[in-house]
Amino acid sequence: MNLANLAPLAVVLPILGAALTFLLIRHSAAQRAVSIGLLSAALLLECILLASVWDGGTTSVTIGGWMPPWGVVMVVDQFSSLMLVVSSVVSLAVLIYATGQGMADGDQEAPVSIFHPTYLILVAGVSNAFLTGDLFNLYVGFEILLTASYVLMTLGGTGPRIRAGVTYVVVSVVSSVLFLIAIAMIYGATGTITMADLAIKLAELDQGTQNLLHVMLLVAFGIKAAVFPLSFWLPDSYPTAPAPVTAVFAGLLTKVGVYAMVRTETLLFPGDTLNVPLMVLALLTMVVGILGALAQSDIKRLLSFTLVSHIGYMVFGLAMSSAAGLGAAVFYVAHHITVQTSLFLVAGLIERRGGSSSIDRLGGLAKLSPLLALLFFIPAMNLAGIPPFSGFLGKLGLLQAGVELGTPLALVLVVGGVATSLLTLLAIARVWNRAFWRKPEDAEYPDPVLLAPVPAGRGTVGLLPRTMVGPTAALVAFGVALTVFAGPLFKVSGHSAEVMLDRSAYIHSVLGDGAVVPPLPRRGSQAVQPDSAAQSGGGK
Amino acid sequence: MSVNLTLLIVMGVLYACGIYLILERSLTRVLLGLMLLANATNLLILSTGGYAGLAPFFNKDTDPGAYNDPLPQALILTSIVISFAVTAFMLGIIYRTWVLARQDEIQDDMEDRRVAKTPSFDAEDDAVVPLETSEFALTPAGPEATTDSPATDPTERGTA
Repeated sequence: MNLANLAPLAVVLPILGAALTFLLIRHSAAQRAVSIGLLSAALLLECILLASVWDGGTTSVTIGGWMPPWGVVMVVDQFSSLMLVVSSVVSLAVLIYATGQGMADGDQEAPVSIFHPTYLILVAGVSNAFLTGDLFNLYVGFEILLTASYVLMTLGGTGPRIRAGVTYVVVSVVSSVLFLIAIAMIYGATGTITMADLAIKLAELDQGTQNLLHVMLLVAFGIKAAVFPLSFWLPDSYPTAPAPVTAVFAGLLTKVGVYAMVRTETLLFPGDTLNVPLMVLALLTMVVGILGALAQSDIKRLLSFTLVSHIGYMVFGLAMSSAAGLGAAVFYVAHHITVQTSLFLVAGLIERRGGSSSIDRLGGLAKLSPLLALLFFIPAMNLAGIPPFSGFLGKLGLLQAGVELGTPLALVLVVGGVATSLLTLLAIARVWNRAFWRKPEDAEYPDPVLLAPVPAGRGTVGLLPRTMVGPTAALVAFGVALTVFAGPLFKVSGHSAEVMLDRSAYIHSVLGDGAVVPPLPRRGSQAVQPDSAAQSGGGK
Repeated sequence: MSVNLTLLIVMGVLYACGIYLILERSLTRVLLGLMLLANATNLLILSTGGYAGLAPFFNKDTDPGAYNDPLPQALILTSIVISFAVTAFMLGIIYRTWVLARQDEIQDDMEDRRVAKTPSFDAEDDAVVPLETSEFALTPAGPEATTDSPATDPTERGTA
């Protein structure tokens, strides 16, 4: 039996969990057990999926008895299964953290136990989006995760959350409508919405129509992924949500958008038609995002801006459309999901211990809670890309690919990438200096919690429960593990990039070996990417 | 493929009204705008299915030109359900805004305004810190000397 046939369970298990936790809404202990148990089972399953495609190989699962060009398929390849594993690790850690925070038990901010079912539906939507091989099903996956995220964003219905939720919901709905319009137009033009089939049929359209459809999809996904001109909504809406919710949104939701962009660029519209605009946008996303971060004094807002900024790196890797660039981008996505989520979880801990998330009010945390300082320091340095962490390796891979490509624009992006990395370090160092190193009395408006005398020994236990610190530490350790196992991971991401750029494995696995893969536009089918890409990129 | 002109015009009008409405500041109008956009998109999907008035697919031997493509209708059904759920949720949010703030308008982000007003001079980052040449850190003499304490001093200079 082919193990990849278990893939739909990655979506079914969380949905089943959502139904069960909804039935158990009055028994919070049982809710916790069910949701943590089912998510762990899903994680195990996804590890098996990743192991089954570790050496390459793409498998598709047909759903509902309809054969591929008509029915919905799920495709398991290295990229999708890697994303699944990382996203499940992150969502499991956040779930345990959230139960530790007592959000699920119902404090004033979140009076109902609706958290567990909603959270599991969010996870199901994310898994569906990663696995699906059908454009409309991708839309459905997006809608599942977005609708769940609307509820999580406005959990408790307090004033600031409702205000932020309105922006978030309206922007998301508009982007979904754009995506749906793009799907309708693609269906009108080709008569199919199976992605593998589209890869063949879109190539037969004339260039103008192709560009129109291409841009529409990229705009819809760009809003979800928060690429620069379309990123305005993110720092506005994320920080007001509860800490674990922000953490999982920051880690996963934007990356689903990036994932969809990668599929668009590699499978549906290969070649380099839009590489130059994408590179310019990547540069702007990096620089504008990080400049925004420097102006912030609230840690969660600052982290939201760094999130936007680092999406730029992924778009940069994608826009090079070379195996090296795309491979580094895949690695960077896995690294960034983990690190950004751990930083938001730590921000939640800081808020809990220090009473505030504003660096004008914090101080002396390094002395008050050395463990918290360590938990912040490691992912922070990782995000800034300090050797030897995975952030450094990912950026190094991107910069190498950029230099290898050698076009003037790529070199500008390399410089921009290094500058962004340094500015990230500056932004993070500002938080470190103020919240951790200086004395609490030096803060502009020190929080009373910090000035209160702490009883020696067990003083911080009540403020930092073990169920919250534990998952955070585990996620930080996972981030470090990405560094330690960067070799195999880089190999897999690089290989997945080659497979994605080649496309034949994906198309054959869905449509059978008889399908004719159209040649890549304006590039030899044999990969001598750097040279040919440099010529066509420079010629534009 | 040919397209029904009436459907096309209705679609265009719906899009125009929808876009006009979502640019308003009143939440109820924004919601109406989103509903119009969703319905206009449904019409767009419908128009990809072929002529209006053709019979649905009923038999394996039917000639492909003689029946309507059923897939767009399935897609529309899904998208109607989704936009229904989102509309219900938006109504909930609008009601909540009304309960909390007694107004049906999009509110400004206060933190954003505050950051925008912050002067670029930062007392802690940009202040002139007296350079210490002594190898031995000065012991802070009084409360006014705490900013120069050995723990924070080197980093302050680093980021300034």
